[in-house]
Amino acid sequence: MSEISSNIILVILVTSFATYLSRFLGVVSSEKINTTSKLFRWFNCTAYSILAALIARIVIFPAGVLEEAELWVRLIVIIISIIVFFITKKNLVYPTVLSAILLSLLNSYL
Amino acid sequence: MVNSKYFFQGLKSVKGLDSPAFALGASFIAIGALLKNIGFNLEQSIFSTLLTYALPGSLVMAESFLVGASLINIFLAVWLVNARLYPMTVSLMPLLIHKKQPRWKYYLSCHFIAVSAWLIMKSKYQTIEKKYRIDFWMGIGTGTWLIAITSTIIGFLISDYLNKDMMIGLAIVNPVYFTCMMVGAMQSLQINLSIILGAILGPLFFFVSPEWSVLYGGVLAGTIAYFVGDLK
Repeated sequence: MSEISSNIILVILVTSFATYLSRFLGVVSSEKINTTSKLFRWFNCTAYSILAALIARIVIFPAGVLEEAELWVRLIVIIISIIVFFITKKNLVYPTVLSAILLSLLNSYL
Repeated sequence: MVNSKYFFQGLKSVKGLDSPAFALGASFIAIGALLKNIGFNLEQSIFSTLLTYALPGSLVMAESFLVGASLINIFLAVWLVNARLYPMTVSLMPLLIHKKQPRWKYYLSCHFIAVSAWLIMKSKYQTIEKKYRIDFWMGIGTGTWLIAITSTIIGFLISDYLNKDMMIGLAIVNPVYFTCMMVGAMQSLQINLSIILGAILGPLFFFVSPEWSVLYGGVLAGTIAYFVGDLK
């Protein structure tokens, strides 16, 4: 095995370990937490708000290729997708498929 | 062992109109293409999704690898960006724990905790008998995980045919999917506030600390929402 490919394997293992760690510790904590407790409700709120924060950050301050689309274009695509989601009675396939096509088109013709 | 009826019921929930398949597929096609572009071979790309199965972590890994970061730095960066998995696990697993179920199921299947599977389970757990929720969860997890792995392979293989506008289009799918799922999950004051405040405070904290913004903003938003909801 060359040095680069053994390096890649190490990088993957380290990434996986760093990811599994939070999941593992989460299960350890879960064994002691009652679903009717206040602590559980706080974790529930925090989990939803961290996800909302993550998604908002990805849309407003993206890393990677999404940066190349203008902020207002990204926001318009998100808003249209939410509207489509409600019009189609909470179907998730239409808004997601539409968003990809819409952003690709807006980005190549604007 | 695993109850196959509930396992397959969970597995089947990844198809249908609220299916995460397209969103998950689009994101991992992008990951497959990205890994190929930074020099991973097909086996390494598959190995990466198989073992990590968390999108932001894989992106951070790719970025860190490109700039030649040390293993310690990669570990810290990935751990930080995936730390959200801890509160996600703690707010899901207690709902699935049943004393008649063996513990290995929980330690094994926590690997499937990622936003899409988590959101599906959160919206469906009440409809499943408590004893078998873990088997249902293992079905959902296996389904979403297999979609991610297959899409990584597709992305790797078609990366030469994907132009920049297509990659941008793929990149928006996941945020759109998650936004719709979250809006769909807004059914109580506490959760509504958590989601709205998180979406506002997360980006605001970006001006204070880009790396920590999601955790700072998220924890603060969740705490405010918890207390406001509890007062009512």
